[in-house]
Amino acid sequence: MQKSSSPVFENRALAAVWDFADERLGLSDMIAFAKKKQVPQHEHSFWYYWGGISLFFFLVQCFTGVLLLVYYRPGVEAYESVRQITYDIEFGWLVRSAHSWSANLMVVAIFVHMFSVFFMKAYRRPREFGWWSGLGLLGLAMVFGFSGYLLPMDELAYFATKVGLEIPMSIPVVGPFLGDLIRGGPDVGENTVQRFFALHVVILPALFVPLLMFHLWLVQRHGNAVPPGEEIKPAERRRSIPFFPNFLAKDLAMWLIALNVLAVLASLYPWELGPQADPLAPAPLGIHPEWYFMSQFQVLKVFGAWFPGIVGEALGILLFTAGGIVWALIPLYDPDSRNGQRARIATWLGFAALVGLIILTAWGYLAL
Amino acid sequence: MPEAMGHSEEVLEEGEDLLTRRAFVRVLAGVVGAGYAGAIGYPIYRYLATPATRASAMGAVTMVALPGAQELAPGSALMFRFGTRTSMLIRHADDTWVAFDAVCTHLGCTVQYEPDKERIYCACHGGVYDQHSGAAVAGPPPRGLTVYNVEVRDAEVIISRV
Repeated sequence: MQKSSSPVFENRALAAVWDFADERLGLSDMIAFAKKKQVPQHEHSFWYYWGGISLFFFLVQCFTGVLLLVYYRPGVEAYESVRQITYDIEFGWLVRSAHSWSANLMVVAIFVHMFSVFFMKAYRRPREFGWWSGLGLLGLAMVFGFSGYLLPMDELAYFATKVGLEIPMSIPVVGPFLGDLIRGGPDVGENTVQRFFALHVVILPALFVPLLMFHLWLVQRHGNAVPPGEEIKPAERRRSIPFFPNFLAKDLAMWLIALNVLAVLASLYPWELGPQADPLAPAPLGIHPEWYFMSQFQVLKVFGAWFPGIVGEALGILLFTAGGIVWALIPLYDPDSRNGQRARIATWLGFAALVGLIILTAWGYLAL
Repeated sequence: MPEAMGHSEEVLEEGEDLLTRRAFVRVLAGVVGAGYAGAIGYPIYRYLATPATRASAMGAVTMVALPGAQELAPGSALMFRFGTRTSMLIRHADDTWVAFDAVCTHLGCTVQYEPDKERIYCACHGGVYDQHSGAAVAGPPPRGLTVYNVEVRDAEVIISRV
């Protein structure tokens, strides 16, 4: 009763197990479906891997995160427990380092994925929801990063969180209440760690995972988008490879590379733990947020210098909010680029956003 | 390629060659895969096993001093840790001293001294031990409690392995 897409087992016991599972779960139908699925091959195909790489780092986060949960204690003991993980528990430094490095690499991969989708104009009809759900995932990933940054409760974490929370605090009327709610009191302390912990390990995963499923389901439904330059080619000149096993094998090879990069970074550059946060100590010199908040940080700093007082901060936040909205709504004002590569305005907007982010980030680091 | 395929001998040879290459790649993939599994699995094992490793190092003690325990009232027991093991020191009403490992040999509950019934009893499944020798007397325990040496001094009681 072997179907054509079933794997052939020489071992009779394995074949029997396969038949048992296949009859009940329809595995060979799934394989047949995956074999029929085609992934376009062209000069920009390389960028198709970045969503998968982001997914890989997310899986690493789940795995290393659960390992950290084995010893991490939120609340008053937060710093002490991270100190134990880093210096006391065998290989604890490696688990923590892998978690921190993988978090950063995941955000890098998501950014690369987002910009490649943007420049390949993969947000166009019918993939608008893919673009929006992807932006939602990026937003959640940044909140993951922000909340996770506080959990060790060292000096940098403490001040970065204090400064970061000034942003929701500056929202008119509700801001101060919101700040108190997020912090669990008037200042960052053990209550803040406790609720950031709940956010980081329960609420965010509960939001992220379904949104990720939705995102992946859309990819499966609409297939890989081809860039306009490829779209105008006649059908017979376009090439593609089967998703299974060809593309999947390449995808897994990329995962292996990602794993190796992570292993090298995490073991050769172990993530540091600063001195314990002290609410009475002044902010250390050169304090700065994670790199993916650096551009916002720099805008606030510069606007604060140009327009003293609350005006500068408000203008900075307004600029980023407006930019984010323009960015999110791109599928609506560049809906189908029917004229091939000629949707130049969107391309220029993308370049402006990319270059702007890079310059602001570099400026932020140079100005430290 | 298509031209060469016409030659039947070459096709056979090519097939054989592919098979051995396939076998080689399989072995190589297995070895590399096992290497990765080990490189990831070993640190994770050590990470998770740290408290157990530390505890077994602590459990290697052969002697425990209990300062002040010489003043234990007759007909009562004192619970203490011998390394990592929950243990009990008993001073009987007749002023004899005895110390046991207090973990029931049946399913690991902690036993209790019942001076009024003159026995050591496990509340979980009703195991009964002799209060002097630690021998299993009634109920499910397969064997008696481990006995320690007791030496009563002026300011402390010394417990050591037999």
